[in-house]
Amino acid sequence: MPAVPSAPPVIRIQLFARYAELLGATQLELPANGINNVRDVLERLRALPGGAAIGAATLVAVNLRQAKPDAPVSPSDEVAVLPPLAGG
Amino acid sequence: MAYLSQRPLELNELLRAVAAPERGGVSSFVGLVRDHHGGRPVRGLAYSAYEPMAEAVCGEIIAEAESRWPVRVALQHRLGELTIGEVAVAIAVAGNHRDEAFAACRYVIEELKRRVPIWKRETYADGTVEWVEEGRAKSEERSGSSVS
Repeated sequence: MPAVPSAPPVIRIQLFARYAELLGATQLELPANGINNVRDVLERLRALPGGAAIGAATLVAVNLRQAKPDAPVSPSDEVAVLPPLAGG
Repeated sequence: MAYLSQRPLELNELLRAVAAPERGGVSSFVGLVRDHHGGRPVRGLAYSAYEPMAEAVCGEIIAEAESRWPVRVALQHRLGELTIGEVAVAIAVAGNHRDEAFAACRYVIEELKRRVPIWKRETYADGTVEWVEEGRAKSEERSGSSVS
């Protein structure tokens, strides 16, 4: 398949449990432009239909580790938005 | 052994995994699916996980326990559909003596509940279904901040 050299970079987001239901997807892509950190990711998600329930203090994992709001995010990262945990 | 399992859990397998001649104190914790939650009868539930992270965090918690106490730890958490009374989580801890076995076992279950990305969706007797958050069921339309 030919590459598209001018494709704008995206941040790939994984969603789980209630957040996946609310946003109607387990994975989505956000334009990377203007997203620098975890806080920016949450802000974008909250603006999507169904995203209002995603609180500003929601847990986010970057590359399998919990990340603080000011942790940097780039298109090569695996970003996951985690509803309140309920294991055990 | 993977920490997450789609198949029924067997505590005996975990006990065997941590057993050794010098470890005379073994403690275990088993979490079962309860038939009620918040006063409502529960019919069953489903666990799901962010699997690669859940596996990694379980490994970290076990490493922490094994470095803090002289113990060996085995842990498994169930995923998928479970009915009442089925084992949701099983932990076995073996040490030379009971004190470290009890302490490490308590540490592992508390940290698992706090840090491992696993979610629980309960089905109630009346057929309604809700995600459980922070020890309570949360209906789909509720909004606002959510802190774990």
